[in-house]
Amino acid sequence: MYCSEEYKDIEEKILKGERLSREDGLRLFACNDIAWLGNMADMVRKRKCGDYVYYNVNCHVNLTNICTSRCKFCAFGRDAEDKGAYAMSVQQALDVVADAMHDPHLAGLHVVSGLHPDWSFDDYLERLQALHDTYPSLYLKGFTGVEITHFADISGLSIRQVLEKLQQAGLQAIAGGGAEILTDRVRNELCPNKASADQWLEVARVAHSMGIKTNASMLYGHIETMEERVEHLLKLRDLQDKTGGFQTFICFPFLPKNTELGKTVKQTTMWDDLKTMAISRLMLDNFTNIKAYWVMLTVPVAQIALGFGANDIDGTIHKETILHDAGATSPTALSEDNIIKIVRDAGRIPVACDCNFNIIGEIK
Amino acid sequence: MENQIAVARAKAQQGERLTLQDALALYEDNDLLFLAECARKLKERKSGKNVFYNVNRHINLTNICTSNCPLCAFQCQQGDKRGFVLETEDIAKILEDAKTVKNLGEIHIVSALHPDKDFNYYLNIVKQVKAAMPEADIKAFTPVEIVHFSQMTGKSVEEVLTILKAAGLSSLPGGGAEILSDRVREIICPKKATTAQWIHTIKTAHKLGIRTNATMMYGHIETIEERLQHLITLRDIQDETHGFQAFVSFPFHPDNTKLGEEYHLKRVGSWEDMKMMALSRLILDNIDHIKAFWIMLTMPVAQLALGFGADDLDGTIGEEKIIHAAGAKTKTGITVSTLQKLITEAGYVPVERDTFYHPVADPIAAVKMDNKAEEADR
Repeated sequence: MYCSEEYKDIEEKILKGERLSREDGLRLFACNDIAWLGNMADMVRKRKCGDYVYYNVNCHVNLTNICTSRCKFCAFGRDAEDKGAYAMSVQQALDVVADAMHDPHLAGLHVVSGLHPDWSFDDYLERLQALHDTYPSLYLKGFTGVEITHFADISGLSIRQVLEKLQQAGLQAIAGGGAEILTDRVRNELCPNKASADQWLEVARVAHSMGIKTNASMLYGHIETMEERVEHLLKLRDLQDKTGGFQTFICFPFLPKNTELGKTVKQTTMWDDLKTMAISRLMLDNFTNIKAYWVMLTVPVAQIALGFGANDIDGTIHKETILHDAGATSPTALSEDNIIKIVRDAGRIPVACDCNFNIIGEIK
Repeated sequence: MENQIAVARAKAQQGERLTLQDALALYEDNDLLFLAECARKLKERKSGKNVFYNVNRHINLTNICTSNCPLCAFQCQQGDKRGFVLETEDIAKILEDAKTVKNLGEIHIVSALHPDKDFNYYLNIVKQVKAAMPEADIKAFTPVEIVHFSQMTGKSVEEVLTILKAAGLSSLPGGGAEILSDRVREIICPKKATTAQWIHTIKTAHKLGIRTNATMMYGHIETIEERLQHLITLRDIQDETHGFQAFVSFPFHPDNTKLGEEYHLKRVGSWEDMKMMALSRLILDNIDHIKAFWIMLTMPVAQLALGFGADDLDGTIGEEKIIHAAGAKTKTGITVSTLQKLITEAGYVPVERDTFYHPVADPIAAVKMDNKAEEADR
């Protein structure tokens, strides 16, 4: 490898498989040698998880966009009386899936929604249960730590009790959203009305203790400092050391369009996106999977991200809405053939999986 | 193959000259980030931490074209309602506007092969631009156009170039190379300059002291071997003449083209773009500059290319018609301050250049004007 003298010590640590420190993380964010960063991350990826790239044939179900949280980075959430506000009935939720079932390979659902002011926990449970009862063969991943904290608040149940009920209704894994940046400074500024950093982590900890796997994420490129990005990664790494329950890590660059925050913050560059991807792979040494979420990154960046440490390219999605409200320019769905080609062109092996990274079917 | 790959990787790492076999092995190996590291190292050996850009304007004189290449979405036939031809008074207006741009260093003129416009039309425009903007360099006419002028007038390529140079032409943009293989050209652009004619024109220009760029259009019906051989051909020419300043590659945009429709072609992915960027840097070891032409690649990808061996982001451009006719989604102009920011973020030093890669003295003033323009936009 060709790192400059300045990063020789970090390169040695990576080659030996040693853990990187907070200080190392900060130095990596200050490093502009993107090819070296990518190469390091790619090497670690190869070592940890080989040449498979995971994807799923899935459908997103966003039950409602009416939300009490109204985070400054969000273009999806609305008040009940706003234009475009919706809340799906049980039947409407089933209809979304019925439409997606036209794809014979559809394997699972990703259910993430707003914090509806009038819905009880039972309202969410009812919809989940109906999805599960009607489509028992589809795997069910859903609800972020933020939603689960909200369910506990409105129902008076403990996090564990909420999770038990969700599990009984068919939930198999928990989505990674809502982590944003896990520091109180950032959350007080951007999303004061939802789960705090500690609450988000607590949901993950409890879920893991019950054997429910969860994902982790980071929303970056807004008001956070590089120190806070590193802090965020370390908090995830610490919890993963204790529980091992995180399955994949997803980097979300902030999409400014149609958001409150977007009036003052510009979109990240591809440069930053790929650097952040590589550094996440390097810092999160106890995560097996790192996702290049094409909806946010765009397909071209997601493809290149496969060279910067990613081994997961999310799914076909059927119809993405949350980020397209924020001006995402990517398509709202990708065909499975398309995903296979993107992965193959990057010299890797596309593998369809369920929400717990179990391989489905034969390798294409 | 294993052994061939190991040999090629070692050469790439050392910055040694690659054979066609080496290039094919590296392509096959498909280790994108390895190629990036090698390319970046070679780039830094050639241009250090500098990344170049210029303040330029593009003028496309006409889109009415007798060549009718299946690869092109810009051209149309005479009588088509999309057709346009710029006359002297149109050019005068464009030049009036261009004169208000601080530090405008280059006028870039590329057009179609119009059925009725004679050589004097083109020649007079060069004279008109030179008279209006004596400080700006005129980079105009691809070898395809030069061959067309030669055929129209009965003059040799050398005569045509000599006349244009005397009128004020500084350099040639080097387009129309596509893939220098007659098999490929027969399919993608059968009616325009052949491989031999393109090469002859370039060599003649270099001999006359007219510098040019070299180009490649990839991602259509060419084989990987033809693509890599194209780069070797350019390198051979450069060994002989040393007249290429920069290499520019264009991924083929299939939308709205006959070629795309007929062969069901899709735009190659970003992985392929970056791979070609790095491989071009490594193969073309005798060409100083590799340009990431943002209007083709989109600006985010062009910025990323700076990590894959590119050292030039082209220019502010102003108006570009050819590629946008083929469905490119980029804006048609960009400000100097944006270019500088993108280069700085990549850890490089932005250097405003003229046509010949000489640094321009006072880019700061241009940035100030830019910021004003951005404010006015809001």
